[in-house]
Amino acid sequence: MLEDKNYEPIRKVSIIISKGSLEGVYPGLIMANGARMEGIEANLFFTFFGMEAIINKKMDRLKVATVGNPAMHMPTIIGSIPGMSALATHMMSKEMEKIDIPPVREFIEMIHDAGCNIYACKASVDMFHLKKENFCAQVDEVITVGEFYEKSAGANIIFT
Amino acid sequence: MSTAVGVKEILGKNLAIDADSNLVNLSDWNEEIAKELAKEEGINELTEKHFQVINYMRKVFSETGDAPSIRKLTKDSGVDTKEFYELFPKGPAKKAARIAGLPKPKGCI
Repeated sequence: MLEDKNYEPIRKVSIIISKGSLEGVYPGLIMANGARMEGIEANLFFTFFGMEAIINKKMDRLKVATVGNPAMHMPTIIGSIPGMSALATHMMSKEMEKIDIPPVREFIEMIHDAGCNIYACKASVDMFHLKKENFCAQVDEVITVGEFYEKSAGANIIFT
Repeated sequence: MSTAVGVKEILGKNLAIDADSNLVNLSDWNEEIAKELAKEEGINELTEKHFQVINYMRKVFSETGDAPSIRKLTKDSGVDTKEFYELFPKGPAKKAARIAGLPKPKGCI
């Protein structure tokens, strides 16, 4: 540490995952896991398509988006070819495995075992006609946005 | 290996430490020193389970030059994620590395 400016260390975070692509889900998971590794209290809140990462039947099949992402440097017409998304997903998963980032299901288990609370958004659950039993066992509760704020008392909120 | 920025007296010996006040030399470490480092981290007693983690971390470090990720550790050391967080509360990877006489882990996972 070069300069100690006496900033308050971060003690608690509430991370919202709102997107359902592989690249939309992982940053939030990595930040939640990283928070727990640092001894920071953490909540994970899944909303809208972000819930794909905790729905039992979907969480093992998340894909990288190959269209609508200029940073992929792939023309839309190529990205839209059937199988392109699967190929990109395969390649990204392989690279992640190399640096020890687990697949979504294993990561969610790891994060939950590390003491992070996991919640699904009530409004999204109602909108998609889902039930608690559609989610993986690590989902602690389906909560309203109000409850999310209550549980986030004293936390930094991170929206992804 | 990290760079020494100072020395710290543990059990009557002056040991080189880095900027995070972790030990610099692997060979300076022993179980008695681990117990002293653990006390500084608020862990008053190092059990067999603690040493299972510590020895595994030192083994991986000597092979790869970095502490293992939590994922690797909980797969191979025989201590699962829940236990690991209970053994080294509040910042397990960093704490365990420090007690094991290793530099702060470099990985994100």
